[in-house]
Amino acid sequence: MLASRLVQRLLGLAGLPVAVVLALVAVDGQGDAAAERTFSLASHCPPSFELRGNGCYLVTRYQFYDSVEGRGVGGTQTSLPPHRDGFSPQQIDLGRLLFFDPLLSADNSLSCASCHQPDLGFSDGKAQSVGIGGRQLPRSAPSLWNVAFLDRFFWDARADTLEQQAEGPLFDPKEMGTTPAQLLADLGANAHYPALFGQAFPGSERIELAQVKTALVAFQSSLISLNSRYDRYAHGHHESLDEEEIAGLNVFRSFVARCAECHQPPLFTNNQIAVIGVPEPQGEPLDPGAQATFDAEKLRGGFKVPTLRNITRSAPYMHRGNFETLREAVSFYNDGRGHAVPEGEKLYLHWHIWEPDLTEREIDLIVAFLDTLTDESLTPPIPEAVPSGLNPKAGFAGNDHPRNLEDN
Amino acid sequence: MKAGKLIALLLVAAAFIAGYYLGRPGEESLVITRTSTGASYSGGYDRERDDDLAAAGSEHGAATEGITHVVNDGESIMEAVKQASPGDTIQVMPGTYHETVYVDKDGISIIGVIRQGQRATMDGRGELNDAILYSGNNFVVENLLIKRYKGNAIMGQAGNNFEIRNNIIDDTGVYGVFPQLGKNGIVEHNVISGIEDAAIYVGMSDNVHVAHNEVFDSVAGIEIENSRHAIVENNYVYNNTGGVLAFITPGLPVKTTYDVIIRNNFIVDNNTPNFGAPGSTVAGIPAGTGILVMAADEVVIESNIIRNNKTAGIIITDHDNAPNVTIDPESDPSPDRVMILDNLMANNGYDTITEVKALMLTELKRGAPDIVRVGTSRDSCIINRHQYVTVGVDDWAECEITNTRDVDTYLLDEPVPPRQISLEERGKIAYLSICTGCHTYTGRMIGPPVQIIQALYMDDPEGLAEYIANPVKKRDDYPEMPPQDYLDPETRLEVAKYMLQVGN
Repeated sequence: MLASRLVQRLLGLAGLPVAVVLALVAVDGQGDAAAERTFSLASHCPPSFELRGNGCYLVTRYQFYDSVEGRGVGGTQTSLPPHRDGFSPQQIDLGRLLFFDPLLSADNSLSCASCHQPDLGFSDGKAQSVGIGGRQLPRSAPSLWNVAFLDRFFWDARADTLEQQAEGPLFDPKEMGTTPAQLLADLGANAHYPALFGQAFPGSERIELAQVKTALVAFQSSLISLNSRYDRYAHGHHESLDEEEIAGLNVFRSFVARCAECHQPPLFTNNQIAVIGVPEPQGEPLDPGAQATFDAEKLRGGFKVPTLRNITRSAPYMHRGNFETLREAVSFYNDGRGHAVPEGEKLYLHWHIWEPDLTEREIDLIVAFLDTLTDESLTPPIPEAVPSGLNPKAGFAGNDHPRNLEDN
Repeated sequence: MKAGKLIALLLVAAAFIAGYYLGRPGEESLVITRTSTGASYSGGYDRERDDDLAAAGSEHGAATEGITHVVNDGESIMEAVKQASPGDTIQVMPGTYHETVYVDKDGISIIGVIRQGQRATMDGRGELNDAILYSGNNFVVENLLIKRYKGNAIMGQAGNNFEIRNNIIDDTGVYGVFPQLGKNGIVEHNVISGIEDAAIYVGMSDNVHVAHNEVFDSVAGIEIENSRHAIVENNYVYNNTGGVLAFITPGLPVKTTYDVIIRNNFIVDNNTPNFGAPGSTVAGIPAGTGILVMAADEVVIESNIIRNNKTAGIIITDHDNAPNVTIDPESDPSPDRVMILDNLMANNGYDTITEVKALMLTELKRGAPDIVRVGTSRDSCIINRHQYVTVGVDDWAECEITNTRDVDTYLLDEPVPPRQISLEERGKIAYLSICTGCHTYTGRMIGPPVQIIQALYMDDPEGLAEYIANPVKKRDDYPEMPPQDYLDPETRLEVAKYMLQVGN
């Protein structure tokens, strides 16, 4: 299934309504090559978005339903919470170029995509992400699938909007390490970006930081995963899951395992903070998480509940990549409330963390069910080239073998 | 005793009493409020302002008359549910059933048959997680005996218009009856015991009626949590650790509890030692609590008989003073606009906890407390406070309302209607949310361009709908299309029609 999906994607990417490379010049020296390319932005919305006016609006089958208090959580047939959309096709496509462009880091070595790679669940496969100059960052990179529906960002929930979030990695000296002044200077001096920003933000004379953030948010808001086999089941086609997977769903949502209490469908997160008592690796001090954000002792060791959409792609798991496999992650909950809390730590563990005492088979069933949440059908293509001429797969492991590129 | 001395004593006593009633310095005269007259509570639910109903309009899809599936002893309830269509009834004959039944479709009724006292019994044997999980709307479950499950007896996940009645539930783990994230539901005439959290737990729901239940031998009796427009009335709640709770639990996606009426319940002898799971919210409830209001707003407590609860009859607390409770930056931690009307309270607080005693000392009070308030509570009120031993409510206002008789129920006259989406709209939504993942109008993507499909099927939407359900490989240079048979036939035809007329 997955292999065939990949083959489909490789076979069929050429016609996507995305930035079209009009002139290809195959020469060494990327900067020169980029200078001779022409970039233009898509005038069509990404798949599953409807163009109204000049805005792209998400269309999903979850629109058929309602939800208590409009919060969009719980149950199979529940509407989604309020979300970000309405960006123009040009803004979304500009955001895609920016997202993959290492020009956005101080030394041009990393792009947003370096830590949020499409093939790795928009994460990076690492327990700790790597910032500029190879510097190790304290936490793992969260997935970006369905971030349009979230209203708090970073593991410790320190940003309320995607715009606010964008400033974190861009300007953190350990992450991408640029500054607003450098970023605007780099973009302004580029051969293509001023014109592209002009297309995405008509009437603006020069590139502004707010536009950079808007474009990045526009692109990230298009990363939608709501057509998994689970979703087909939720919409009423119960044959989409086999008996084992349904049994897994029932363990997942049972009040013994309680997974679905925090990882609530349809997003498989309730977008809250939870203290669950995941230990740091041997010898490392406890990460205080949301305690620092809210200056609240009771949130010590608290982190955002991550989505489980495409969770099979984004190992390792937890804020510090503590677990290599999903089975280990599920087993952590089964090992009992507070079993790994370091001595001397007083954590206010979430009340759903208890002693579920699941059987080995039930753990396997949950893991089997989690695979039904995989849907990468709307993965946007990685641009073959970005306006800086730098490698759009900078920081990707094995990027000599590019896949998922346009016109491939 | 000589007559003169007796008279003197009587005079002294009379002077004392007169002084009391006529107003000694520092004492207010009694305010006695009659509940048979006066204003009734009307701050509750206003259907006109309910966005869910307004958005859905007034069209109700009338429930179709379904068929009845009979399940006999030795057969499977789940198999019957799989066969059932919306509107159908599963009639479960007396016997013992060991299974978990999940209901992910609308309009299913599971009705146990009781014959000469013998019930249809679901027995989890201490091995199965939950007896019944439902996510469908208009779900009904009646007349079952459910016992020995590890999770819950009946758990709802976002189904509206639920009816849970006449069930006997014992030792089913964490909750007995647990409707969550639903609107417009009834929990009535159930007998529930031996539950390690709440026997009845209404979570993150709206418009709920909990009445005529008997709940006992559990940690919590009835809990209304992160829910609005709920009435808890005429229940017999005894021998639990805590009787009736109205909570805001922090850290959940739905952040409020308000407009809860707790009336006409018998809440007695809730002195069972707390056996809640470590860390659970209810594990912090002191044994001997009649009613506990934590952070919930607009809770009216009226005409209950609250007796023999050893810690206190009513405890009102904010999050900051509650044990075992985390914080939530988005939830208001204070119980505001709590209204205590007349209640019969007797022999509560006779063996209260140290914290309450300390609190009483701050008001120079002694004795057994009926009502304890700790922490912030804004705009709360009480009538006839002289009837009770209280702490923390002296500065509460006199309530302007005296009864809730104007509020009969918060249940809706008609079921919450499903969101009405026209067939045409269904076609468009399915096209945009599914088909466009592989097809663009003109360009090559995973599948061929829509323009080519239009040319092939222009006058034949039925043919295209058939292809969508059962595709065959047509083009060597494209991968084979996976069947879209998970869409129902009606939707497939509408998708086909939409696809054939779409213009870009």
